[in-house]
Amino acid sequence: MSKKGIVHSIQSLGTVDGPGIRFVVFLMGCNLRCGCCHNPDTWELANEKTFTAEEIVNKAKRYKEYFGEKGGITVSGGEPLLQAEFVKEIFTLCKGQGINTCLDTSGSILNNAVKSLLEVTDRVLLDIKYTNDDDYQKYVGCSLSAPMEFLNYLESKKIPTTLRQVIIPTLNDNEENILKLKDIKATHPTVDKVELLPFRKICQVKYDNMGIEFPFAHIPEPDKELITHLNNLLET
Amino acid sequence: MQHKNWNGFISGAWQDEINVRDFIQTNYTEYTGDKSFLSGATKRTSALMKKVESLFALERQYGGVLDIDTATVSSLTSYSPGYIDKGNELIVGLQTNRPLKRGVSPFGGIRMARNACEAYGYKLSRKIEDEFRFRTTHNDGVFRSYTDEMRAARKCHVITGLPDAYGRGRIIGDYRRVALYGVDRLIEEKKKDKNALQSEIFDTVHIRQAEELFQQISFLGYLKEMAKMYGFDISEPAKDTKEAIQWTYFAYLAAIKEQNGAAMSLGRVSTFFDIYIERDLKAGVLTEQDAQELFDDFVIKLRMARHLRTPEYNELFGGDPMWITEAVGGMGEDGRTLVTKSSFRILNTLYTLGSSPEPNLTVLWSTSLPEGFKKYCAEVSKDTDSIQYENDDIMRPIYGDDYAIACCVSAMKIGKQMQFFGARCNLAKLLLIAINGGYDTTSGMHIGPQMPVLEGETLNYEEVMERFDIYIAWLSNLYVNTMNVIHYMHDKYCYEKIQMALHDTDVHRFMAFGIAGLSVVADSLSAIKYASVQPLKDSHGFITEFNTTGEFPKYGNDDDRVDLIAKDMAHKVITELRKTPTYRNAEHTLSVLTITSNVMYGKNTGATPDGRKASAPFAPGANPMHNREENGALASLNSVAKVSYDDCRDGVSNTFSITPEALGKTDEEKVNNLVGILDGYFAKKAHHINVNVLNRETLMKAYENPEAYPNLTIRVSGYAVNFNKLSREQQREVISRTFHESL
Repeated sequence: MSKKGIVHSIQSLGTVDGPGIRFVVFLMGCNLRCGCCHNPDTWELANEKTFTAEEIVNKAKRYKEYFGEKGGITVSGGEPLLQAEFVKEIFTLCKGQGINTCLDTSGSILNNAVKSLLEVTDRVLLDIKYTNDDDYQKYVGCSLSAPMEFLNYLESKKIPTTLRQVIIPTLNDNEENILKLKDIKATHPTVDKVELLPFRKICQVKYDNMGIEFPFAHIPEPDKELITHLNNLLET
Repeated sequence: MQHKNWNGFISGAWQDEINVRDFIQTNYTEYTGDKSFLSGATKRTSALMKKVESLFALERQYGGVLDIDTATVSSLTSYSPGYIDKGNELIVGLQTNRPLKRGVSPFGGIRMARNACEAYGYKLSRKIEDEFRFRTTHNDGVFRSYTDEMRAARKCHVITGLPDAYGRGRIIGDYRRVALYGVDRLIEEKKKDKNALQSEIFDTVHIRQAEELFQQISFLGYLKEMAKMYGFDISEPAKDTKEAIQWTYFAYLAAIKEQNGAAMSLGRVSTFFDIYIERDLKAGVLTEQDAQELFDDFVIKLRMARHLRTPEYNELFGGDPMWITEAVGGMGEDGRTLVTKSSFRILNTLYTLGSSPEPNLTVLWSTSLPEGFKKYCAEVSKDTDSIQYENDDIMRPIYGDDYAIACCVSAMKIGKQMQFFGARCNLAKLLLIAINGGYDTTSGMHIGPQMPVLEGETLNYEEVMERFDIYIAWLSNLYVNTMNVIHYMHDKYCYEKIQMALHDTDVHRFMAFGIAGLSVVADSLSAIKYASVQPLKDSHGFITEFNTTGEFPKYGNDDDRVDLIAKDMAHKVITELRKTPTYRNAEHTLSVLTITSNVMYGKNTGATPDGRKASAPFAPGANPMHNREENGALASLNSVAKVSYDDCRDGVSNTFSITPEALGKTDEEKVNNLVGILDGYFAKKAHHINVNVLNRETLMKAYENPEAYPNLTIRVSGYAVNFNKLSREQQREVISRTFHESL
C-alpha cells in the first residue's frame, strides 16, 4: 500500500504553470522560507487533506480532453521534492496514461528519491530566485549552488527546463541579474525558456490570516514596463 | 428548373424543390485559413454607426424606449418605410417608420401592450383599444381555458415566464428561401400544398392546415408589398450579394413586424450569403471590402430591432433582448467544414461596429473545426465577450447540418422544425412544496397533492426523494396541459403567418419545457444525503428553514456523488413530462436555462437545504451555485457536462466567466488555452457555454459609473446583454457570480 501524499489544493485549470492547460496539484511542505513566497499556507508538511497517487491521477484523468498536445499535470507546492516518492508515483501513473508531467520546484534537494522522480518528469519549472549567493543566503535560506547543481543534473539528463524568476523591485530587477540568467540559459541548452514573473502582493491576505509577517510587504510590485524591458533584454 | 439569377451556381435538387441545404452543400466554398483576409470598417459604415450610437444614447436617456407608435398595430405593411440615413444605407428596412420607434403587437395580449405603453409614459390609442374590444387575443383565449390549478401554479410561481400574454417566439423562418427562390416561387409551392389537401378527409387537422396555408400565402403577398414600399421587387430570386442579403433581411423584418415573440432568431445565413459573395468576387463585381461593408450594414439593421415590453417581462428577460441568434460555423455531414470566409466576416462585425449583444452570434463548435477559425473565435471572445458556443458534434447527428439555434440553446432544422416555447418550472420551489406536503411557504398557497409535512428530526434522503417524485409527476402533467392550452390558443389567435410560410408545410414540432434551480436542488439533495439537514418549522407547522451541518459534495467540483443527482433530476423530469401527450403531437424537450430569470426565481423561493437563503438568486441555467466551486474552472465545466443532452434536447446552458490572467500569460497563450478549454468541454459532450473573459472589477466599475461603459457587453445566459440595460438587482447578481481566477 503506497503512502498518501499531503496535499494543499488542486486546481483543475492551470495555465501559468507549464505549457498548455494543466491540472495542478499543490503539495504541502517547504524547506525554504523565501521572502517573496506567495503560498505561506503550504509551508508546513501537515494538512488534513491526504490522497494516494492513484486518487490524484484518477482526478487528473478526467481532464485529459482539455490537455491537447502540450498540456498535462503539474505538481507544485510548497516544495514537491519533500514528497518526491509520492510525486514519482503520480508521474509514473500519468506516463502510463499518456499524460505529460511537469514539476515546479526550487531545485534545492537532489537525493536519490529526487533523481528517481526526474526519470519520469517531462519538464521542470526551476525557480532560480536570485543569481548571486548573498541574496540566496539572505532571502531564501540556502546557497545558489543548490539549484545550480540541480540544473546541471537536469542538463546531464537532458530534461527540458523552464527557468523562472520572480522579479522583485530593488532586489533582482536589474540588468546584471538578467544577463546572468541569460548566461545560465546559454550554458545549459536544456533550458528552452526563461520566464520572468512579476512579484505580486495579493498573498498579503494569506499572511494576515495566518497572523505572520509578510517579509516583503514593504516592496512595491514591479510595473509592466519594467517587466517588458527585462524581457526584451532577455531576448536580445 | 432554371432561373437567370442562378447563373454561375452549380445545379442540383435545390432547383426543383425548396431545399436551401442542398443549394449550400452544392455551392459553398469552405475556408480553412485565418483572419488575415478581413477588411475593416469603411468610412461610410463608421459614419452610419456613429449615427446609430447617438440614437442608442438617446434611447438610454429616454429610459430605454425612444418612442412608441401607439396608434398602429405592427404588421408588415402598416408603417411607411423607415430609414436611419436614407442615402447612406446599403441594406434598408426598419420595423416602423423611424429608427428605434417601437410598434405595438396586441395579438398576443392587449393588456401587455397597454401596460407596456403606460410603463414608458404613453397611452395605447383609443383606436386600438376599441378595435380589440371585439377581438380575441391569444392571452384572452388562454385565460378563458386555464383551469384553477393552472392559474394557481402560475400565481405561486412554480411555473413562470409562460408565453401566455405575448408572442411565443422561438420559431425561425427560413429567411434564406426568399433570396434563393423569390417570393412567387414560394407562393406557388404553398398553393400546391393547399391544393393537395383536397384529397384528405377534412377533419380538424386538415381544416386547420387549410386555413393556415391560406394565411401563409396571404402574408407572402404582404411580404412582397412591404418590399415594394422600399422600392424592391422580391418576386424573383436575388441576383447578387446585395440582393441576397436584402431579400433575406426583408423576410426577417417581416417576421419581427408581425410577431413580438420572446426570441426572434435569424437562423444560419452567413455561409448562405458566402455563396453569393464568392460568385460576385469571381465575377469581379465585388471586393472583400464591399463584402464586409454589406455584412456591416446588415448587422447594423439587426442591432436596431426592438420590441415593446413590460417591466415584468424585463425582470425575466433582462437587457431588452431579441435573440437574433445566428449560428456560425459547424461541420457538414460529409466532413467538410461549413466555415466560410463569411463566418469570419460576421464575427468581424464585433470589431468593425464594436461589441454588441445582438445579433446573438453562436458558434457551432466541433473539435474538427479548422484551427484558424477556432483561434479567431477565441480571440473574439477574449476581446468582446459577445459570442457563445454550442456543441455541433452532439447536435449534428440529431439535426443534420442545416440547423440553427432559436433563442439561446434550442436547436432545430431550419424551415423543417419549430418549437412551442414553454419557459420553465421552478424545481427548487417544487422541492420545498413537496417537503411541506403541498404548501408553498412564500405565497402561502396550498397547491398540488395534499399530504402531511415531512416528519423527523432530520430529513431522510429516501423519504424526501419518494415525496419529490410524487410532486414531479404532478407538476409535469400540469405543465404539459398548461402548455397545450397556450399553444392551441397561440395558433388560433396569434399564428406566425410569415414565419410559418417560410417553413415546409409538414413541420416537426417540439414542445420545449424547462427547469430552473437545478444546482440548488442538486446541492440540497446532496446535503440531505451526505450531511445532516434539520428542518425548522414556523408557528403553523410548515418547514421554512433548514439547519444544515456537516460537509456535503457540491455540484461544480466534478464530484459524481452530487453531479449525478443533477443529471438524474433532468432525466426524471423529462421522463415524467413525456407521459402526458402534447398539442399537435409535439415532441417533448427539456432545457436547463434561465435567461436572467434566475434572480426572480430565487426571489420567489424560500430557504433551501443547501444553505441558500430565502429569496437569494439561483445560479443561471445549469451553472453551479456561485462560489461553491473549489477545484477550479475545468472541474466546474466537467460537472455541467454530465447533464445529458439526450435528456435536455432543448439545451443545457452554462455561463462561464474567467479573468484574462487565468487564461495564460501572453495573448497567444490565452487564445490557445481558450481553444483547449472549448475542445475539452465539448469533447466531454457538454452542450453550451457562454464565455466571458473579464475581471469582476470592470463590472463593479460599470455598476458604479454606467455612463463610462455604454457598450460593455457580457454573456449572461444563452445571450449577451449590454450590462447597463440590466436591472440593478440583475447587475449585482452577475457581479456575484464565480470568476475563475489564476492563483
